[in-house]
Amino acid sequence: METFLMQIFNGISVSSIFLLASLGLAVTFGLMGVINMAHGEFIMIGAYTAYVVQNLFRTYLPAAVFDVYVFVAIAASFLAAALFGAVLERLVICRLYGRTEDSLLVTWGVSLTLQQLARSIFGAPNVGVDAPSFMEKSLRVSSTLAFPLKRIFILAIALICLGSVYALMYKSRQGRNIRAVMQNRNMAACLGVNTKRIDCATFAAGCGLAGLAGCALTWIGPIGPTLGTNYIVDTFMTVVVGGAGSILGTVFGSAFIGVGGTTFEFFTNASVGKVLIFACIILLLQFKPKGIFAVRNRALED
Amino acid sequence: MRREKWYHRLAVLGMAGALAACLAGCSGGAMSEAAGSGNSQTSAQEAQSGGDEGGASAEGQAAGAEGDTIKVGILHSLSGTMAISETSVRDAEILAIEEINAAGGVLGKQIEYIVEDGASDNATFTEKATKLLENDKVATVFGCWTSASRKAVVPVFENDNGLLWYPVQYEGMESSPNVMYIGAAPNQQIVPAVDYLAENYGTKIFLVGSDYVFPRTANSIIKAQAEAKGYEIVGEEYTPMGHTDYTTIINKIQAAQPDFVFNTLNGDSNVAFFKQLKDAGLSAEDVMTCSVSIAEEEVSGIGASYLDGHLVSWNYYQTTDTPENEKFVAAYKARYGEDRVTDDPIEAGYDAVYLWAAAVEKAGSTDVDAVREAAAGISFDAPEGTITIDGDNQHIYKTVRIGQVNSQGLIDEVWATDEPVKPDPYLSGYDWAAGLSGQS
Repeated sequence: METFLMQIFNGISVSSIFLLASLGLAVTFGLMGVINMAHGEFIMIGAYTAYVVQNLFRTYLPAAVFDVYVFVAIAASFLAAALFGAVLERLVICRLYGRTEDSLLVTWGVSLTLQQLARSIFGAPNVGVDAPSFMEKSLRVSSTLAFPLKRIFILAIALICLGSVYALMYKSRQGRNIRAVMQNRNMAACLGVNTKRIDCATFAAGCGLAGLAGCALTWIGPIGPTLGTNYIVDTFMTVVVGGAGSILGTVFGSAFIGVGGTTFEFFTNASVGKVLIFACIILLLQFKPKGIFAVRNRALED
Repeated sequence: MRREKWYHRLAVLGMAGALAACLAGCSGGAMSEAAGSGNSQTSAQEAQSGGDEGGASAEGQAAGAEGDTIKVGILHSLSGTMAISETSVRDAEILAIEEINAAGGVLGKQIEYIVEDGASDNATFTEKATKLLENDKVATVFGCWTSASRKAVVPVFENDNGLLWYPVQYEGMESSPNVMYIGAAPNQQIVPAVDYLAENYGTKIFLVGSDYVFPRTANSIIKAQAEAKGYEIVGEEYTPMGHTDYTTIINKIQAAQPDFVFNTLNGDSNVAFFKQLKDAGLSAEDVMTCSVSIAEEEVSGIGASYLDGHLVSWNYYQTTDTPENEKFVAAYKARYGEDRVTDDPIEAGYDAVYLWAAAVEKAGSTDVDAVREAAAGISFDAPEGTITIDGDNQHIYKTVRIGQVNSQGLIDEVWATDEPVKPDPYLSGYDWAAGLSGQS
């Protein structure tokens, strides 16, 4: 029974990690239509930012306030990745709107460049980030059942990010502008929307979310130059399964892959589990080629 | 028309997915130590007897020693996934060359090294090995890490009659006359570690490994050993390279209640595994693990607090108590920085250069056949203690050491064999291993 409950928690926890990692991609790929192969590298930028913030706290501040680094790191990761994203958008991506295949190749090149940059700055070996002590505990339900607080914390961050993205996209004037630009760039421009600014801000926000995910991933996984490649496939799958262009779809996509993946893995093993979940995705895309939540969007179809 | 364009777009999505999968696959592929079924002992002897025929390449080797310097090659991944491990080995090899040069060189000549980057890509390894042997005409090459990269260059070395010094522990079942294996064979790392843990922690074993040939070969050895010795395998799990979520496997470990976990995970996965093990509230006291791919350098990337108390099996640790090691660690830190650590493959890379130099001195020439012949039985007072090249299979007599990670991220020896163990790459000294060399 405990094993079963733990497995349900694992499924939810993995889903929340997928959700967090792919929210940024849901914005840059889902809404903007840029196949951003460098998404994983923005996750990596966030992770390294958390590492730098941690080291600064350790070097310059008393040990008593060390745990506070988490909150600084979360903000800094978002800002650092967003800044990189804004620069990338202005220099490269802005020339590639509507040229999907080109954006695929160019961003792949960018991802390789960023990996080597990280290797040159921080060295090839993995670096260590210590989670703050309050996160190392578990929420003990019974003598044998304990939910790690880290996982609950990540779940909370994922939900907060989801709420923020939803509010930004669907409840604010900025979001309305973003959606207008994505649906019909020329029309939006005619109506006085500064499309350049919107593009840049949206892409930066998407990259920032990836950076934030990177910060959270430092507590549970490796931090190295190739960190991003571990997540790139899963994040694309999440967005494609959910339906590009739909934030709600990304939620369902991550739940599908997270819960489905861990359940298959539990009953078989990790490799077979992965194969089974991919088989399910292929089947699903046969019947719903636009993902679970297809967005009817004239601009996307043209 | 509109519909068609949609399909067009979908095709692009598919391409993106495929490319992403490729990317992940490539990074995994570079790490994987695809061992294949390399029983090359027979071809080894053939090549040895036919060594004289390699006249052209022998000339090439002699050219490596012309003039005032002897050229040697260093071939490691300095970029890509494997750069994480291999750059330090290159550093150690360069350190050894500089030390030898400072002491007067080999045969009175200075050693000149040419560094090539294998880029974590097996085809690049083949290409660079060919370049080193045929264009640069180096006397010998120090290099490789993954079994896959070694397998990729061995044909080149056998064809050009070159000599590769390979510094990493591996899965055994190989013995090429053109390779000197300086790392541990399975009977110098895996087999004694399993026996040690079974004696001290109990006989219920859970196997966790990355899904490629090294862990699978290692685990097939362990399973044969367990059957012969009456140990019980209560679980066996493999995860794809770059797997980042171990909660399900940890859940299975908790349900199976093993006495210890034998861990052959490689690369990044170790970080995720140990962090999540600790998150699940399991310390080394609750679930003891023994790893064969985690050395001092990996410990700092995982975080010492996550590994505190867990066991590893190697032939050398930074803390190994010999006068040679004190000197080596001091020299390495002085050359590359106080924060750097030494570990088993780093030390093996350093030893390899000294062993080669000693063999060249003894042979009085850098000719590959002469060096190979001279190398048999050569000893070197290495940081890990005295090591000797076994002439039968070109592996090394090494002391086996079980170590425990401490809270500073260094590894303390908890057990060691009394004397260096004879290398046995085919496990021919173990009855239970009879069926392994053919099938693995």
